[in-house]
Amino acid sequence: MTAHMTMGTTMDGIYLDNNATTRVDDEVVTAMLPYFTEQFGNPSSMHQFGNRVGHALKTARGQIQELIGAAHDSEIIFTSCGTESDSTAILSALRAQPNRREIITTNVEHPAVLALCEHLEKDGYIVHYLKVDMKGRLDLREYQALLSDKVAIASIMWANNETGTLFPVKKMAEMAFDAGVMFHTDAVQAVGKVPIDLKRTAISMLSISGHKLHAPKGIGVLYLRRGVRFRPMLRGGHQERGRRAGTENSAFIVGLGKAAELALQHMEEEQTRVRDLRDRLEEGILSAVPHCFVTGDPDHRLPNTCNIAFEFIEGEAILMLMNKLGIAASSGSACTSGSLEPSHVMRAMDIPYTAAHGSIRFSLSRHNTEAEIDRVIEAIPPIVAQLRKLSPYWGADGPVENPEAAFAPAYS
Amino acid sequence: MWDYSETVKEHFYNPRNAGAIDGANATGDVGSLSCGDALRLTLKVNPDTEVIEDAGFQTFGCGSAIASSSALTEIIKGMTLEEALKVSNQDIADYLDGLPPEKMHCSVMGREALQAAVADYKGEEWKDDHEEGALICKCFAVDAVLIEETVRANGLTTVEEVAHYTKAGGGCASCHEGIEEILAKVLAEAGATFDPEAAPKPVVEATPAALVAGMTGVQRIKKIDEVIESLRPMLQADAGDVELVEVMEDKVYVNMKGACINCQLASVTLNGIQEKLVEELGEFIRVIPASQLAKGPAKKPAMVPLGELVQS
Ligand SMILES: Cc1ncc(COP(=O)(O)O)c(C=O)c1O
Ligand code: FES
Repeated sequence: MTAHMTMGTTMDGIYLDNNATTRVDDEVVTAMLPYFTEQFGNPSSMHQFGNRVGHALKTARGQIQELIGAAHDSEIIFTSCGTESDSTAILSALRAQPNRREIITTNVEHPAVLALCEHLEKDGYIVHYLKVDMKGRLDLREYQALLSDKVAIASIMWANNETGTLFPVKKMAEMAFDAGVMFHTDAVQAVGKVPIDLKRTAISMLSISGHKLHAPKGIGVLYLRRGVRFRPMLRGGHQERGRRAGTENSAFIVGLGKAAELALQHMEEEQTRVRDLRDRLEEGILSAVPHCFVTGDPDHRLPNTCNIAFEFIEGEAILMLMNKLGIAASSGSACTSGSLEPSHVMRAMDIPYTAAHGSIRFSLSRHNTEAEIDRVIEAIPPIVAQLRKLSPYWGADGPVENPEAAFAPAYS
Repeated sequence: MWDYSETVKEHFYNPRNAGAIDGANATGDVGSLSCGDALRLTLKVNPDTEVIEDAGFQTFGCGSAIASSSALTEIIKGMTLEEALKVSNQDIADYLDGLPPEKMHCSVMGREALQAAVADYKGEEWKDDHEEGALICKCFAVDAVLIEETVRANGLTTVEEVAHYTKAGGGCASCHEGIEEILAKVLAEAGATFDPEAAPKPVVEATPAALVAGMTGVQRIKKIDEVIESLRPMLQADAGDVELVEVMEDKVYVNMKGACINCQLASVTLNGIQEKLVEELGEFIRVIPASQLAKGPAKKPAMVPLGELVQS
């Protein structure tokens, strides 16, 4: 989702767009600040200025290692963002195994994976896009049938950014491992929200983005399992053991380390209090608004995310009215991104156009309160009613009979 | 978040003429469900005078689709059918103080609903020939379908030619990859290959002489006049012209003349003159229409006028 109606801080509005980005935690900011001024050294340097920063990076690596349960801290490679981690993983697998020219992914990945794969197709690579059903679930038999010694990498997201749907990546990594195929997962939305213990999985590579877990934007991690063959995307200095050249973004790395430590501390809360708030919001809206439904797989879902499709109205219009009341969320409508089609995730689940354009994603964080959720539950029904009054699909007090036939505009 | 004008927001929050009207004798349904914008326009036309006495809209769409539906109904109420048919997309966008390029298709939809409703009133069949592609060039709101058709119809082979014919690619240049892909595709159909080497080389700015040698005020104004004079033949070739009116610090006021006055691309031309002046004088200069001279501080420039560039 590209366009988000965002607020400044949580102080002057209700921020339910945490899958887009999160507020940097105050403790994270405090941890980072010295690394802009007193602790400005280059960790590669042979003096105390550099040395102290080097130690701080080591601490951060350890904090992230703990959050994702990596066996070694050298498996953590710092990058500039989730997108860089995704690109590095996929391009590395192709370069390290030039005889393997196929990729398996899904058609609901983030553009960070999808756009790269589409580009690789132009270079002659074959990409298999796994389909999803109406609840956004994969068919593992389709996946099994595609695994072969021609496949360089399977890249399957851990959690979907739009619906929060969780894919069975641990199982899929084992299937890939048995077939001798590398397995990468874009876990940008999952890390910090669900417990992860990588050493007990067969996952070869995993992407993290700092700004989804209360660290700043512009810092990410690629987890690379020891022994997985690797080819760097950026070559140059020996930073990150030569696997990602470029002087370390030390302040941001320290911040991400702190954010990882906090995420681990709050993991329990994410699974309980945040989940309860999400469920309260979802039940509140579903019981007050007719003709709306939850998209994705509610039984296998991130605890913070709920995506509701409001039929017969359009998402950008909903967001604008919400924004007027200080409530921030995002939508899968075409109009929010300036494209011609609603979100590829909604299309992949075969959600009808009249509902896909009205899909709204509410994504919470541990900073949200029950009072906020209650205000949103109160605000949504009149907004939906107001827009439905304008809709050609809506009659006096409900959808017109057989809506798609009653209003069938030219060139639809 | 879209940079909507206050007028767009106002029409969205308080739409005029929402809902179907009673006693309508003309209806136009247009739009595309896949792209999330659809509009039903209902009109009450006086059969004797053909004056539109009332108009109402129902829209499934985004903020600007609702705002441009509201604007359209306000514009056409009281017009005769003949007058109403002359309302252009640009008129709708202007009424709303501009729309972002990605959103121009919302005003296209309003105009088409009007055509469909008039056809319905006259008992004619309205056939839409509208085909919309993905937006390629944001600077000039040109979509893939228009570029592809123009490339095919005129046998174009370079990005530069595409810019000449469609304006796409003539601004910030970030859409050149997309344009090259279309060229490669169309050329491949004809058995030819796209030659990337034919692309013009990027402009490298030389160190301006004026930076090296300081100028007196008189020398500076002379230099500005010289640069503007040197650009005149190019504008005259398009039946336009430009004249230097005043120089105040970094502001250069000019009069656009002839065909330039109503040109959709007047602001682009001004930018071109400005760029040339900046390059030649080696200092930052703003070129402003002389019409703004007496009105105090320069206004924020309007959004790039798009008008007929959008296929309707
Ligand atoms: C699933 C997923 N992958 C990748 C990204 C890209 O991350 P970044 O913005 O750090 O490049 C995002 C966030 O926008 C995401 O949600
Ligand atoms: S986007 Fe086409 S020139 Fe700027």
